[in-house]
Order: sequence, then structure tokens, then C-alpha cells
Amino acid sequence: MKNLRKIALAIALALVVTPMLNAQKIKGSDTVLPLSQKEAEAYGKKGGKVTVTGGGSGVGIAALIDGTTDIAQASRKMKFSERQKLQSAGKQAKEVVIAMDALAVVVNPNNKVSQLTRQQLEDIFTGKITNWKQVGGEDLKIVVYSRESSSGTYEFFKEHVMKNKNYMSSVLSMPATGAIIQSIKQTKGAIGYVGLAYLNKEVKAIKVSYDGKNFVAPTLEASKNGTYPIVRPLLYYYDIRKSKAVTPFLNFVLSKEGQKIVSNVGYIPVK
Amino acid sequence: MKKMFRGKKYFIEALWEGLLKISGSVTSIIIILIVLFLFSEGMGLFKKNVIEEGYVIAVNKNNPIKDLTPQQIKDVFDVKIETWKELGADVSGNQIVVLRLDDIPNYFPEEEIAEDMSNLPQIISQILDDNPGMIAFVPKDFTQTNFTGKILDLGNINFKDFFGGKEWFPTAQPAHQFGVIPIVMGTLWVSLGAILIALPFGLAVAIYSAELASKAVHKVLKPIIELLAGIPSVVYGFFGLVVIVPLIQKTFNLDVGETGLAGSIVLAIMALPTIITIAEDALRSTPRAMKEASLALGANKWQTIVKVTIPYSISGITAGVVLGIGRAIGETMAVLMVTGNAAVIPHTLLEPVRTIPATIAAELGEAPKGGAHYEALFVLGCILFVITLLINLTVEYISYRNKNKVA
Repeated sequence: MKNLRKIALAIALALVVTPMLNAQKIKGSDTVLPLSQKEAEAYGKKGGKVTVTGGGSGVGIAALIDGTTDIAQASRKMKFSERQKLQSAGKQAKEVVIAMDALAVVVNPNNKVSQLTRQQLEDIFTGKITNWKQVGGEDLKIVVYSRESSSGTYEFFKEHVMKNKNYMSSVLSMPATGAIIQSIKQTKGAIGYVGLAYLNKEVKAIKVSYDGKNFVAPTLEASKNGTYPIVRPLLYYYDIRKSKAVTPFLNFVLSKEGQKIVSNVGYIPVK
Repeated sequence: MKKMFRGKKYFIEALWEGLLKISGSVTSIIIILIVLFLFSEGMGLFKKNVIEEGYVIAVNKNNPIKDLTPQQIKDVFDVKIETWKELGADVSGNQIVVLRLDDIPNYFPEEEIAEDMSNLPQIISQILDDNPGMIAFVPKDFTQTNFTGKILDLGNINFKDFFGGKEWFPTAQPAHQFGVIPIVMGTLWVSLGAILIALPFGLAVAIYSAELASKAVHKVLKPIIELLAGIPSVVYGFFGLVVIVPLIQKTFNLDVGETGLAGSIVLAIMALPTIITIAEDALRSTPRAMKEASLALGANKWQTIVKVTIPYSISGITAGVVLGIGRAIGETMAVLMVTGNAAVIPHTLLEPVRTIPATIAAELGEAPKGGAHYEALFVLGCILFVITLLINLTVEYISYRNKNKVA
């Protein structure tokens, strides 16, 4: 009886572990996460197996350098220092653009302000503008929410909207996009940024202008035709030596069916 | 035959004793090794250069500037310091011009930059020569051959910048800002607030449950409290974010509810079950004979509790308090969700704060292994270890004095 139990346990363990051994691992950006999960589900129906985890773009790329993941999903380009570390680890990364994403700037639904220029956004996030009345709103202190520094969204916003200036120290760093939406929903003077796929009715998206004249709202059409300025590529990075193993999944993602999933999730297809 | 049988039993007992001794010493050795690993990784930070690895800061060869602090570098590249005079250098033109890799096309047409970037060293040299007021942040590889600019040697991260710095920007370029004062202050404020809330409540409930509650009440209360101890910390964090944070915002009329107070309340709720369960068990273990002797001598119920029961079980209560405090200081997930994580020195509990466990949890995954950021997080871990150790030693010392007073 005792032996039978041991054998049953071993078989159960083997059944659980074996699929995991052949599964492709994707790790990284929380922005790409919902997309990767849907793609993995659809790919799973065709017989493959892909496991997806989040943690932030920085986490994914660090895992790629360590060799603990097959594909790193990122919502920002790999930094020069990360590329150097990858080289010294003996790996060479290949970059694939799988979708485009628009970054929406959101405020509390009760906020009267509906449009801001890039310069105003930079001044708000670096701390030069501190009250909503300075940008045409009520006399209310601006409460700035951001992602943690491991997030690709954080880096992209810093590079493109703040032109590489650092955030102010008193920015509130939330661990996930969901927490940002929750906090902005319940704080009157709040402002933050989220990926387009996370936008919902609980927060209000603001129209943005880079030239001071054309203010564009973050919609799918505006991001596709290039009129909305805050758009970034969503990337998969993988080690060139593993390309044979990951190519089937990548081809699926870039196929018509994979790109249709991209649209359904709320991102912009590349093809 | 009998002698051999006795020998076998003795042998098995000796075997068990040996195994327990070995496991005890192995555990202690492992703990010591973990602590040593923590400190050795952390100390590697002070051998790292101030500038991000693989990059250098270069200026025009006639620029007299010798040294810059990390704070100054950050302010220069954030365009908060705009003239060379503010840095104490006399440079023609006086205006500081910042150059990053992406800015090169502004000075050189993109067609002239080679595909494999092989002529970048000459390009950067030329841009620096043409602009005496320029400061450039470029990869080291592009300054190795035929470079005519002056590379600044800014030294390693030192204790003063780390333990005395007031800004925590671990991913700032070109120089990482590793000032831990805001984070340490945040940890201390939140932990002390949590202890101040949890201790009185916890001890009061423990005394009530052990001494004063009726059997029926006790039957219901104890399982509920033990259930609270089993709830995962993320759930507490979510509860804090959705319920406690707006409540604080409304009650105190604040701009934002994510404050150190929210963190303290959530931590106190999490530490309470631990303190209550262990303290109550300790109080219950007071022998009936002692309590009845005190009552027989004419003391009333309260005097018995204060002068006899509590001093008798002080070591158990201390153990509960130490474990509760440890949970309060080290709790990561819940605090990460409700305190706002802003690395600013707090002046009241009603401001967003950033604690050490939250910082380590949020940033360790991203930090490249062996890099400056990684090691800075280990030093933060060392600081947390020292804080917890000091508080535990204080609590043990207080209980030791009380025990001796009773005796």
C-alpha cells in the first residue's frame, strides 16, 4: 500500500513537471503581459505550451541575461548597459517588434482639465508645476503617480515625454498599473500614465499635444495613423542561439491570427 | 543478552541526540553564513564608480573642472545647474551644454555617422573641441582611441554620499543617486507607528482573552484571531488600498491618502494576531497555584494580573512582542501598496513614505546582478537587519530587567 502511494505520487509529479520542461518561458513587462497571455492561450490550443510572467521590463531583461527565461518581453528598448552585460554573458539578443502601444495620460474623472502639452507634462512630472490652477484647472495640489523604476513604461515616459529629465522625488511609485488606476480613481488631484490596454471608464484620459497646437486623444485610430504622439513599440528579446526553439511561437504572434489578438487586447498591430 | 539490549537503546538515543545537535549547529551556521553573505555583497558597493558602468563623463580639454558630486551631476543633466560658474569652474561661454548619445545627430548629420558607429570617437572628440562649455555622457568604448577631450575621474561611491544622501534615484543617468536617509526615515516612522498601535492593543486583547473573558467569548475569539494570522499579506495590502487609504484621505482632509499612517495601520493589523496569540498563551501558562495564592492573600483580580500573572509570563509576552515587531518591520507587500513609495524625508505620518522592504522588493528584480544598484539594495538589507537587531535587543533587555526586578 505504501509503495503504491509512492508510485502514484511520482507519476503525479512527473505529469505536472514534464509539460513545464518543454514550455517556452516569457518574462518581463507588465504592459505586454495581457497580450502575451492571450497569445499563449491561443498558441496552447494549437498544441504548444508557453508560460508567461510579469515583473517589469527590467526584470525580464535581467532574466534573459541570467538565462532563466527564453523570451524577455519589454515595453522599452534594451539599454546600452544591458546589451553590454548580455554580451559579457556570452549571449546575443535579437529584437522583434510584436505590437505598438500608446501611453495614455490619465486624471481623476472629476478633473476639469482635458488637454496638456508635452512641456506641461514634463513640468508636472519633474515638479516645476505643482497646482492644477497653473494649467487651467481648479486650485488643487497635483498628486503625481508613476510606475516603479523597473518598469519599461517608466523609462519610456522619462525618455520621450520628459526628455530624459528625472522624476521629482515626491512622485508616488505604485507597483502595478492596476494600483495606479485604483489610486487615481480615488484621489481628486491625481495624474498618472497607463498603457492603452488598461484604460477604462474609471479614469479620464487627457488629450496631448507635442507642438502646442494639435491636441489628440489616445484612441486606437489616432495611435495607428500617427497623430497621437506617445506611441512605443512592444518588443520580444531572445538569445540568437535559442532562435530555433522560439521561432514557432514568434511566427504565430506575427501571423494574421496573432496580430488579430493584438487588436483585441487593445494594442496596435504591426502588420 | 540484557547488556547488549541496553546498549542498543542507548545507541539509538545517542544517535537522536547527535542528529539534533547537528541540525542545531547547521541551522546556526547557515544563519551566520546568510548574514555574512548579506554584508559582503553590500560592501562591494563602495568599490563601484559613481558613474554608470561602461560610461564616462567627458568635457572639453581646456575645462578646469576636476570633481563633481553625484548630486551635482544629476542637477547638471536635469538642467537645474546651467552655468559652469555654479560648479566653480571658469569656462569660456559659461553656459553648460549637455550631450548624450541621442543628441549627436543635432551636431552631426546622421549620414556621416557610420553604420557600425566606428567613427563615433572622432565625432565626439570634434563636438567637444567645438563646444568648450559642453559636458558629454558617452559609452567608454567611444573614448578609447584618438580622444581629445578630458575624461573626468569621479571616484567611487563613498559612505557620505550613501548614508548622508537625501535622494534615491537608482536608475538615474549618468550618476546613480543612492541616498538612503529618506528610506531609512520612512522605515523607522512606519515601523514605530505600527508598534505604537499594535503593542497596547495586542497586550490588552491578550490580557482580556486570557484572564477576563468568559469561556463562551473565548471560544469564539481565539479561532478568529488565529484565522487573522493566516490571511496573506497581499490581501491586507489590497484592503488597505481600497478601504484604509480613502478613509484617511477623508478623515484628515488630505490631498492623497497613501501615507505612512496607512502603512502603520496595515502593519499593526498584521502584527496583532502574532502578538495576541503568543502573549495569551504565555499568560494562560501561569500556574493556578500562584494566582490563587495571590487572591488568597487579599489581592483583587486586577492586582493579581498586574503583579503576578504578567511578570510571570513576561518572557512569553516578550517573545510575542519581538515576533510581532519583526513582522511589522519586515512586511513588504502590504506596505508597497499603501504607502505611496515616495522617497522623501517624512515630517509627519500623514505623508507618503518609502520603506526598505518595499524598495528591495520593487527594485531587486531589475537590478543587474553584481551592479551598483544590486549592491546598494544589499546594503539596505544590512541596514534593515541592524535596525531589527537593535529593536529586538532593546525588547529583550527590558524584559530581562523586569524579570530580575520580579525575582
